[in-house]
Formats: sequence, C-alpha cells, structure tokens
Amino acid sequence: MSVPILEMKNITKEFPGVKALNNVSFQVARDEIHCLVGENGAGKSTLMKVLSGVYPNGDYSGDILYEGEIQRFRGIRDSEKAGIAIIYQELALIPELTVYENIFLGNEIKDKNGLTIDWNETIQRATQMLKKVRLNVNPEAKVKDLGVGKQQLIEIAKALSRDVKLLILDEPTSALNEDDSKNLFDLLRGLKEQGVTCILISHKLKEVIEIADTVTVLRDGQTICTLSASQAPITENVLIKNMVGREIDNIYPKRQHKQIGETVFEVQNWNAYSPILGRMILQDVNFNVKRGEIIGFAGLMGSGRTELALSIFGNPDHFRIRGDMYLKGKKCNFHHTSDAIHAGLAYVTEDRKGDGLILLQDVKQNLTLANLKAISKNGVVDENAEIQVGNKYKDSLNIKTPTIEQTVGNLSGGNQQKVSLGKWLFVNPEVLILDEPTRGIDVGAKFEIYTIMNQLVEQGMSIIMISSELPEILGMSDRVYIVSSGRIAGEMSIEEATQEKIMEMATN
Amino acid sequence: MSTVINSQRPAGTNFFNNAQKVLRQNIREYGMYIALIVIMAIFTVTTNGVFISSRNISNLLNQTGYIAVLAVGMTLVIIIRHIDLSVGFLAGFMGAVAAIAMVFWGLPVYVVIPLVLALGAIAGLITAYPVAQLGIPSFVASLAGWLIYRGAILLVTMGTGTIIIPDATFNAIGNGFIPDIPNIGILDDVHKVTLFLGLLAIIFFIVGEINGRKKKQAYNFEVLPGDMFVLKMVFVSALVAYITWVLAGYRGMSWTLVVVLIVVAIYHFVTTKTVLGRHIYAIGGNPEAAELSGISVKKLVFVVFGSMGMLSALSGILFASRLQSATTTAGSLFELDAIAATYVGGVSAAGGVGKVVGSLIGALVMMSLTSGMNLMSIDISLQYIVRGAVLAAAVIFDVATRNRGK
Repeated sequence: MSVPILEMKNITKEFPGVKALNNVSFQVARDEIHCLVGENGAGKSTLMKVLSGVYPNGDYSGDILYEGEIQRFRGIRDSEKAGIAIIYQELALIPELTVYENIFLGNEIKDKNGLTIDWNETIQRATQMLKKVRLNVNPEAKVKDLGVGKQQLIEIAKALSRDVKLLILDEPTSALNEDDSKNLFDLLRGLKEQGVTCILISHKLKEVIEIADTVTVLRDGQTICTLSASQAPITENVLIKNMVGREIDNIYPKRQHKQIGETVFEVQNWNAYSPILGRMILQDVNFNVKRGEIIGFAGLMGSGRTELALSIFGNPDHFRIRGDMYLKGKKCNFHHTSDAIHAGLAYVTEDRKGDGLILLQDVKQNLTLANLKAISKNGVVDENAEIQVGNKYKDSLNIKTPTIEQTVGNLSGGNQQKVSLGKWLFVNPEVLILDEPTRGIDVGAKFEIYTIMNQLVEQGMSIIMISSELPEILGMSDRVYIVSSGRIAGEMSIEEATQEKIMEMATN
Repeated sequence: MSTVINSQRPAGTNFFNNAQKVLRQNIREYGMYIALIVIMAIFTVTTNGVFISSRNISNLLNQTGYIAVLAVGMTLVIIIRHIDLSVGFLAGFMGAVAAIAMVFWGLPVYVVIPLVLALGAIAGLITAYPVAQLGIPSFVASLAGWLIYRGAILLVTMGTGTIIIPDATFNAIGNGFIPDIPNIGILDDVHKVTLFLGLLAIIFFIVGEINGRKKKQAYNFEVLPGDMFVLKMVFVSALVAYITWVLAGYRGMSWTLVVVLIVVAIYHFVTTKTVLGRHIYAIGGNPEAAELSGISVKKLVFVVFGSMGMLSALSGILFASRLQSATTTAGSLFELDAIAATYVGGVSAAGGVGKVVGSLIGALVMMSLTSGMNLMSIDISLQYIVRGAVLAAAVIFDVATRNRGK
C-alpha cells in the first residue's frame, strides 16, 4: 500500500467551552473519493478548516501529514500552495466578475513586465480549464448570470488552475438539482483518473454510497469508523447507525404533568418565494401546535426551517407568501414583526449574536427591548420597572452576570442565550418559536434551557423548537415534523419517532 | 515612583489609584472633556487671556449654536448607521426661505419660524424616502440633496442677492441676550438672571447625580468611588459656575445659547429616557435584531431624518438671524463641521454608540479651535490642517480605546 496522500493524527481543536474535535484521526489514500459524514456539529467542517489552514498551526493540537511530510499551514495560502483546495457550501466567487477573472483571481497570469495582467493568456487558459471540468460556457460571461451548478464547476476549475492534488468539497450538492449533481459526480470520477484526490462532505447518504471509495464517520468531534467500499458494500443503515450512535441519556429533563390542550396555532398551505434567491423556499407547508405542546422541527441545515419561522413571524425578509395562519382559531396576517409579537408570537433566533442581541447594550436593555411598552408610560421608560424586570429574569433564568448593567457582549454563550430567551419570555407569548435553542452552549446551560422549556409548556405555552440535533428533538418534543427542501417531509408522534426514521426522511 | 508615594501617603495613593482607574475605565467618555479643557487652556496662554474673556466666550458659544443643533441631529443619524450630507445647504436654503417669507411675503416672525421648521422636517422626510423605502445608501441620497439645496439657495436669491432681514425679533435670536432684572444694589455689574440660572443648573445637576447614585447603590450596581464622585461633582459644578460667571460678566446668556440648551435637553431626554430613544440605539446596535424585536427600522429612519431636517431649518434660522440676512453661500460646509463635531464627541462611525451631549462638546471643541486660531491670527490654511488633524486624532483615539475595551 502506498503512502496515503493525507494523514491527520490526533487532531484536537477547542473553542471556548466546546471541544469541537477530540483526538480525531483521518486518513485519505491517493486517488480516491473519500466521503466525510456526520451530524451537524459533528466536526466535519472544523476538521477541514484545520486541514486548509483556516485555523492556523498552533490553534489545534495534533499533526497533519500531507504527501508523507508534516505540514504547518499558517493560512489558506500555505495549503493552496501545497495543492489543497477547499470549496465551501457558500461559493466564494465574485458575481460581478467574468468567468475567467474568477478562475484566476488571486493567481493572475502576468505579462512579461510582471505588472500587468496578460488577459489573452488568461482567457485561453480559462477555456482549457472549463474544458477540463466539461463546462460549456463563454469564459467572458459574468458569474452572476450562471446557475449554481455551473458556478460550482467554475470553483473546481479555479482549484484545478492551481494544480490541486487534494480537492475538498463541503456539501457541494446541497443547492444542486439531480442533473447537476450527477454531472458533478461524473467529473469527480474523471478527476480521480487524472490524479486528483477528493474529500467530499455530504449529508445526502444516497450520494455518498454512490460515489465514495471510503467513508469516515465523525460524531461529537470524534472519529467513529472508516468504511471501505471495496471490502464490503456500504449501506445507509450502517452509516446512520454510526452517525447518531449515542443513546439519549438523562440530559433531557422529563416533564411532570403533560397536559396537551386544543390547537393554538395552525399554518395551512404555506408557500414562500424568495425574490433574492429567485426560487420557492417553502412549498405546501402545513403544521399545527397545541396548547402545552412542544413540537420539534427536524431537518438539515438549509432545509428551510428558519425561513419558515421567519415567514410566519412578520416576514422580515420580505418573502412573497401565500397561505393561511390561524391563531386560536382566528385567521391572522402579520405585516411586520411587531404585528406577530402583538398577536402572541415570539421568535428566539438561531444566531443570537447576528440578529438576536444588541451586544453593545447591557442585560436589562436587551431583556426589555421587545416589550418596552410594558415598562413605559407616555413613551418614557420607567427605569425602576426596567431594573425589576432585569433582576426578575436574571434570577428566574439564572443568568450569570455580576449585574444586569453588564454589557451582553461580555457574557458567555449560554448566558447570552438565556438573555435572548428572557427577552422573549418578557413578551409573554402564546407561541414561542425556538430556533436552535442550544447551539454552541455547554451541557449545563442546555439542561437549564430544557428545564425552562418544560416549565413554560406546563404553564400552557406552546413551543415550536427548530433543532438540528436529533437527540434534542427526540428528548424534548411531543411531536416531530421533518422538513426537507422547503417541504414537510413527514410528521410523527414522539413515540414512533427514531433518529433513523427522521434521518432518512430528512436526507431524501 | 508609585512605591515612594505608597510608603509616604497611603490615603493619597488610594485617591490616585481611584482616579487612575476611573479615568481608564471612562477614558472614551472623559477624553473629549479633557481635550476641550486642554485646548481652552492652550489658547488662553497663547492669546494672553483674550480667549477666555467674557466677550470671546460669549461669541464662541453663539458661533457654536448653528453647528451644535446640526450636530445634535447628526448624532441620531450616525447612531442609526446613516449620514446626511444635505443638512448644510438645507440650513442655508431654509434661512433664505425664512428671509423671503418675512421680507417679501410679509409674514410675521411667529408664523415664519414654525413654518420653516415644518418645511425643514418635510425636507428631511424626503431625504429619508429613498433611504428607507428603496434602500438607497444615505450618503448618495443626501449628496443629491446637497446639490439640490445648493441650487435652491442660488435660485431663490438670484434676483436679490443677499436678503437683508429687518425684523428685530428674528435677529435677536442670533444676537440678543436674555433680559435681566433691574439693579438691586448687589452684583449690579453682572447679569443676575444668568447667574441665577447657572446656580439652578448646578443644584439640579448635584441633586440629580446624588439621587441617581443612591438608586444605583440600592440595586448594588457599580458606582464611582466616593472620592471620585465628589471630584466629578466639584469639577462639573466648577465648570458650569465658571462659564456662568464669565457670561454674566458680559451681557449674560444669549438667546442662541437658550435655544441650543433647550434642543440638547430635549434630545438628551429623548435618547436616554424614552422608548423612541431605546429603539434608535437598538437599530444602530443591530438593525436585524431590532427588526426582529418588532421595531420598524423604516419608520425610525423617517423619524430620525425628519428631526434632522427640522434641526437643519433651526440651524438656518440661527445663522440667518446672526448675520441678519440670508446670503447665497449660507450653509457651506456646515454638514462637515457637524459630522466632525459628532465624531469628536465620541459618536461611533459603526453606529449604536454616541451621546447628544458628547456632540455638543465636540462642536465646542471644533469651534474653540477656530476661535482660538482666529485670535492668534493663524492663517486659514493652517486652521484647516489643524482641525483635520484634531478630527483624525479624535477618531483614532476612539477606535484605539474601543479595541482595548474588548
């Protein structure tokens, strides 16, 4: 057996409070297509970022052996020089530039004088590259005028123009239709023949089985197994079992009194079109939530769960919507987030730093922002009332902060999440939408948030929980909806739901 | 060095340490006050005291007036991450409209002022429209306004050139002083009402600060150490008392100063105490989060630009009144002076951070530079360079202290 092209040994990478990679080992043989699979948050992308130098040498522990030699990449430039290219889910092309400009961006072909760009040579070489990736477009077309599938191929052409030996693709088919996907896979097989090794990260297990020579499964930042297609055929069942693996232990507190009442909120025939993406993002969505119930929205990232929540919650992204909503049997229509809040909805965002909290402001100001009306008279804020509200939620949610005058940006992730949650509890909603309520927070804070959720539904609130963590979905929900490509792919009671069933529906 | 002090005067060390700590923690807020005092001290020395004379300080405050009201409005605009370049010539144009309304249409001053303020607010709303509804960058939208109002001034003054305003009431806004009570035998050579108002302001300040401190202590919030608190009281009171005394020694408080103080008081109240103010800071801090919290970002863009337009009109009135005429060049570069004042006053270019009072201080810093350098007969070329350097220094200081705070 020849020397593997890549060997990552005992890689450990920590973020504040989280061990994203724990002693991971990963080996890729020369001229193979190697798939990397695992749940969201299993550490796949982090591992690839370590490899490509996004997290520079010294940021992680362990060794990277590439072509048999230890590498210490200090940035993407170093790994590119070594012949490693990574293509992300979100493409990194400049839409306003032409195809040939994009292919040679950062790697421009200079004239003899060493200053100006040799455009003729550039266009000619770009044409060759396009032929290599079997893409029939005019190199002078602007990238923005091409479809996603073609853009993907241009990314690969860009990588090939740099003599890439090891090509990493992160979820390349998530935005592609079947034809484009098939085309891409044909190309990858062709490249394999030409000596380009490929690492593919994918959630779509059918594809993985179709194309992979070898599959490595990661879970919770650890390598679980490496399967070779040449030894025994890889099946979906084996992959899923290894991906979800763990048993649900007692990190999910049980509710004392389950009391599920009448339907509180219902959405019917819900469709949304995104003018920015230029396509339908939600189609024929139907769901309901009852009093005192937690429903879980399972699905992969990008399946449209967050868009669904936002389109209901006053539609701040201005999708074009068709469909009906009923709150307590009454038809409703929200023109702005303020209408939704007023009617009794609340949405705790998945991205607390991005669009949840105002990091510059203090704890009490963040807690009261969505409901200043309640603590003001004639438009003047009653500061005493605000302090009382602040202290109330600091105590009841156990927010660990010296005082409620602490700037939220200085709190830990778990405590920020509690502030974000407290802000919406102060609105006192009927229906609380939680989008990834425990993303990036430690186990202790998770448990506290689960406990709070249980208390809330016991008091008669209805909760819609969006989560990419299947154990969390199974541990907390009363009912599960599975979302896939903007549609409800299935609904099941908690009794019949299993990780395998959900995974199968979500990946189809 | 510090060990020597330690062994000799432990109590003094404590005070010194407190002072150092407080200064370090609040360097961004106190920086501009310190800068103002340093600048004033330097000019006092270089002009042999002329700078600090009653007459000059009174003049300085009146000159600051029309920039200060613009800076107050600009503070809100920059807090919500926008900019308004049109305010200078809008001010000039509104001054011309006021003059025309009085001189050619014969409207009384009591009608003209509210009318012009309303027109200014409408002009602000017009600037806001493309920004809020169409997503046009405010830089571009207001640059268009800059050109349009520049043309508008020229258009309305084309036949007449400079329009002299004969109305005494109108002209008093920029040149008059508040009345005084008749002499009663004591303090006859100073302006007694001004002294009284200054005293009142100091009392209000001290009572308010003590109450606020007590409330914070009751909630176990962090407060200044006792000695630092007293030092702050003494310092601010002394500053207000001194300025009051200086003004009282000339002709008292000007109407311009009254207008500016009222505007600052209202905007300070709105930004710090009201729901509207909270929403404005929230939008500046994180527009997406604000929108998701039920705040209509669009609506507030209209409100903030509308207020900016109204203050531009007020600035135009103050300027026309001060010159007792509407000129064809009124308003040139006001917008840049106002923007500079807000940045010097600690408003963050990234949005979400800034205080109205800070911008007032910033305006005073910039105007002190102009006034001091004029007194020193420094050539205008150098004046621009110095003011530019001070602006750059202020922003660098702001960014540097912000990064250290992280």
